[in-house]
Order: sequence, then C-alpha cells, then structure tokens
Amino acid sequence: MRATIESITGRYMRLDHKGREHRIYFEEAGQGIPLVCLHTAGSDGRQFRGILNDPRITRDYRVIAFDLPWHGKSSPPAGWQEGDYQLTSADYTDIILTVCRALELDRPVAMGCSIGGRIALHLAMEHAEEFRAIIGLQSSAHVHPYYDTTWLHHPDVHGGEVCAAIAAGLVGPNAPDVHRWETVWHYMQGGPGIFKGDLYFYKVDGDIRHRLSEIDTSRCPLYLLTGEYDYSCSPSDTLETAACIPGATVSIMPGLGHFPMSEDPEGFIAHLLPVLSEIAHR
Amino acid sequence: MMPRPDVLSLPELVNANDRLVHRGRFLTAVMRLDIGADAYLISIDRGRIADVRKGPFVMPSWTFGLSCGPDALERFWQPLPPPGFHDLFALLRRGELTLSGNLQPFMANLLYIKDVMASLRSPKETA
Repeated sequence: MRATIESITGRYMRLDHKGREHRIYFEEAGQGIPLVCLHTAGSDGRQFRGILNDPRITRDYRVIAFDLPWHGKSSPPAGWQEGDYQLTSADYTDIILTVCRALELDRPVAMGCSIGGRIALHLAMEHAEEFRAIIGLQSSAHVHPYYDTTWLHHPDVHGGEVCAAIAAGLVGPNAPDVHRWETVWHYMQGGPGIFKGDLYFYKVDGDIRHRLSEIDTSRCPLYLLTGEYDYSCSPSDTLETAACIPGATVSIMPGLGHFPMSEDPEGFIAHLLPVLSEIAHR
Repeated sequence: MMPRPDVLSLPELVNANDRLVHRGRFLTAVMRLDIGADAYLISIDRGRIADVRKGPFVMPSWTFGLSCGPDALERFWQPLPPPGFHDLFALLRRGELTLSGNLQPFMANLLYIKDVMASLRSPKETA
C-alpha cells in the first residue's frame, strides 16, 4: 500500500491577538511571493487545498492558509465559554495583520473569499502599503440579510446540518460532486454559533459601501473574481462594488458559485493563474 | 420554458429515493406549497411523502408554507437552472420565495426540503 503524501505542511503558532493568547493553525506550500488565503464564514483553510497542491502556483508563490480563531484547528482563546463569538472588522483586520507580521511576510498578496473577499476590500482601503496585491473572491461592499441567522445557532436545529444546508445551495450546479460535498462537510464541522458570528461581520459590521472610493488601486492592485451562480454575493454585487473603485479589475467566472477555490479547484485555478502571473510580473 | 412538473408526482419521486427519505426521517409535518394561485398540501411522514392534495381548501391546517410565483419555480425546475434560480434560498434572496408558519422544522430539515423540491427538477440531458 502506497500513500501519496501532499507537499502541504501544517503547523501551529501561538500569538497575542487583542490581548489574548491564540493558538492558530496554518498550512503552507511553495516558495516565492507570499499568498495569504482567507477562508469563508464558518469554514476553514481546507478550502484552499487545491491552491496549496497546485505546482503551477507553488512554483512562484508561498501559499499560506490559516484558520481564523474559533475555526478549523485554531482554538478559541481561553475563556471563550463566557461569551458569544462575533467577528468585527477591527478584529478580522487585526488577526490577518498579526499573522502576516508573525510569519515575517514581505508584502504578501492577500486573497480572501466571501467574508475574506469583504475584508480584502478593508485591507485595500486601510493597509494598502502592506500588501503587494489584493484578490477578492465573491467580494461585495455589503449584503442585505435575507434569512434569519438565529436558526444557525439554536438548540432546536442541528448547527452542522443547517449550516451545511445553507452552504450547499451556494455551490454552483455543475461543481464536481467530490468537491461539492467536501465544501459542505467543512460547514458541518464548524463550532456552534461560529458561522453566525462571522455573518455579523458580513451583514452588519463590515458594510463599507460609503468608503469604497478611498481604495487607491495605484497603491495596491485589486482583483475581484466572482462566481456566476453566487446569490450571496452575486456578480451584480461585485460589479456595483468595482464601479466605485477606479482601477479595480473584475472577472465573472461562469458556472462557479460562492466557494470557487473549494467547489471546483480546477475550474477556479484557470481564472486565478493569469491574475497571479500578472502580479508576479508587476 | 419547460412545462411545470406535476407536484402530485412528489410521492413516487421522493419515496423511491431511500437516501432522501432517510435524511428526512425525523420530519413529520404538512408543508403548504403555493405556486401562484395553486395551493398544495404535502403531508410528510418520517421523510416519506404520505399524501399530496391540490386545493382549493377549506380551513387547511399546515406546519410551514412555501409560496413562490410560477415563473421563478419553473426556472428553478429547469435541468440546469439559470443563476439566481438554482436553490430555494436563491429564490428567497431574490424575494421570489416567501416562508410562513413554524419554521423550526423547516430549518431543522432544510437540506431535505431543498432536495424534495429539487426532485421535481427535470434530469439533465446526457451527451
């Protein structure tokens, strides 16, 4: 029996974030320009397994995917049981910058999806000098609530099952089954209330509609890629966002949904490679 | 546009799918489905569709209800639905679908109910 050992390595780091010690799990592969990957709400860094395993990317990029605190294999901080988890713009920005500085990354590229695509806009606006380029997947400036997130953390509803059911619908209809159900599985594994807590940032706190014009793409290039079948952040949401940011590059990806890197890694990477090549040659 | 599928065929479509019935094994409820002016009461018994009745009804009792215009559902039921129409929550996001009644069993069995509704979808043509 022979096993295939992937070239991804996973490690833990301990760091201080907002005055509390955190144990953060991260995976990486490759060498070259740092590419920091930010997962969607309620999921974890496994969403980027296709990126981390693609030698066309890892030849020139050091790909790093970390699990946000409370997500995946990153622990919540001591005392978590005394309060509810709720992600804010300030906390999200701080943990990304803290991880990048802890790993001593030299002006990395940041690539985030959904909430990661939203915080990517915040990073482009407030920390452009620290990043070589920003890639927002399923990026929009705001999403109006369209269902009651109370049900995502409720004793009468199984959290893993309902989060999975929400996520399943956001996958594009032609995604390969193996990747569709892996993407859904990650949602089944989230901690109680974590998806809901992330959506506080996505639907309430992270609204930056009125500040988009502050993004200066001459300081930090901005690429926005959105799957055609996403109804959480639809193509029109991304196009409206991009229309307010001079110099932003937009690409709508036919057939893909809300989790392009996870639901169809091959299909997504075809769209990503030209962007990474352009960044590498800037 | 494809002809609208027959909601009355739900029992044979769902009950023949053992995995789907298993997923809904803890759900016993009456789901009301309004498609424009047409109303249906779909009785679910531990994941099996026990009965589907088409209205009009006099004083119907039901657990939770889904209401949607016929055009949006016909797009939802296409073999490859267009963007914005491929999932019940896509219809919810568009404002095409409204929910009513006791939503606890609906949310607790959301993936099951999505797949029950999708079971009326015409199969994709194979090349």
